[in-house]
Amino acid sequence: MKHIKTLNGATLKNSAASGGCGECQTSCQSACKTSCTVANQKCENGK
Amino acid sequence: MVHTFEALGVRIAVDVNSGAVHILDELTFHLLRQVTPPMGEHCSKAVLRALPQYAPAALEESWQELRSLEKQGLLFETDDYIDKEQAASMQQSARIKALCLHVSHDCNLRCRYCFASTGDFGTGRRMTMDFETAKRAIDFVIERSGGRRNIEVDFFGGEPLMAMDTVKRTVEYARSREQPCGKNFRFTITTNGLLLTDENIDYINREMSNAVLSLDGRPEVNDDLRRTVTGKGCYDAIVPKFQKLVAGRGDKDYYLRGTFTRLHPDFAADVMHIASLGFRHVSVEPVVGKQDDPYALRPEDAQAIMAEYESLAQQLRDRPDVNFFHFNVDLAQGPCVIKRLRGCGAGCEYVAVTPEGEIYPCHQFVGNPDYRLGSLYEQTFDRALSSRFAALNIDSREDCKNCWARFYCSGGCSASNLTVNGTIEKPYALGCALEQKRLECAIALKAIEAGA
Repeated sequence: MKHIKTLNGATLKNSAASGGCGECQTSCQSACKTSCTVANQKCENGK
Repeated sequence: MVHTFEALGVRIAVDVNSGAVHILDELTFHLLRQVTPPMGEHCSKAVLRALPQYAPAALEESWQELRSLEKQGLLFETDDYIDKEQAASMQQSARIKALCLHVSHDCNLRCRYCFASTGDFGTGRRMTMDFETAKRAIDFVIERSGGRRNIEVDFFGGEPLMAMDTVKRTVEYARSREQPCGKNFRFTITTNGLLLTDENIDYINREMSNAVLSLDGRPEVNDDLRRTVTGKGCYDAIVPKFQKLVAGRGDKDYYLRGTFTRLHPDFAADVMHIASLGFRHVSVEPVVGKQDDPYALRPEDAQAIMAEYESLAQQLRDRPDVNFFHFNVDLAQGPCVIKRLRGCGAGCEYVAVTPEGEIYPCHQFVGNPDYRLGSLYEQTFDRALSSRFAALNIDSREDCKNCWARFYCSGGCSASNLTVNGTIEKPYALGCALEQKRLECAIALKAIEAGA
């Protein structure tokens, strides 16, 4: 494409099929304790 | 839903529901803002008229590229693929898998902004947790975690190093239960550093999968807010200890964790100062306080804070060695969409336990009688209150439904909402604005890393 560079595909939609195991870290536990962010958490099931 | 923004000189489109992120040229950036889905076969005359600065042929070319993305499900995707009812029910049946273990309701610092009333959480009783209570907490989380294997325990306070004997005995006990119960414990400790010694540094580096080390940044900023009981700043005492701890940490996680307030709003300098001390992982966060607290951030501070985030991002674009917690967004391999619907899990997946064995939805609610979930000694657990927390997700929180950042933030912090708005359900607007800005900076940094 000339005008657009796709940095990231439909990863969120694709994750719906394999997600929900709940083994991941609780988001507030990592380093914040006040301002949650979930997008920097790791997935634990190696999807 | 598509969110377009410009940060660090890069123009970006986030397709909210698919998770796709696109870097746009200037023409396409302006064109996309004129588009209402579903896209027509060709760029309409109305759109051409709205953008007279661009050649019609170029606009048509860009239109076809956008259309191609739409056809591939990478633009204007809906969220129909998410079974929201199922996701909501999963949260209601969620198992507790994380503990914030308040091993000490006492502290050797008197930080001016402390949400825990300098350690005792407003109770007037300074105390540490005994091993019997900690043991009950470990048994509680093992039982409540059901089939979940990974369990997190954060040793918190007050200052947890004031209860090091309880910490050690708790770790030993939890480890002894791992194999028989099919669990894997991960321990974190959050410390102000004053009581670090060679011995407990070795212990923390051996046993704790994460260490959160409290430092607000430049000496004058840290010492203005983080003082000992005699009123002396703690910077000189703690920094060499933190450096020693991190030098022996190997690949294990750690964060230097600071708080910024309206008293020292130029926090980018604090992040860069912490990095200059040799610390790679840095998290400096906005304080949350009641509007009449002199240190609390106010709505009128929003523009200046957002500019400060952008300034920080500019400084970090050439510093890949520094990992700033809130600019660390994994676009490709992050958590699944189910996790992103659910938020922090306070009150249903995550609880705090006090030295007296009382249970609260998270550390920020401790001492608030309206949010007491139960007691380890009474063997009580308020399922109705837990269920109220479990019902919170980005679909049930009205303000989150139409927010572009919902899958990155997952609904924000219930405790902050309560502090500012008086209810856990209503998001705290300034917190939302800052989260959105941090995410824009984070995504822009990713784009630059990819060669934008």
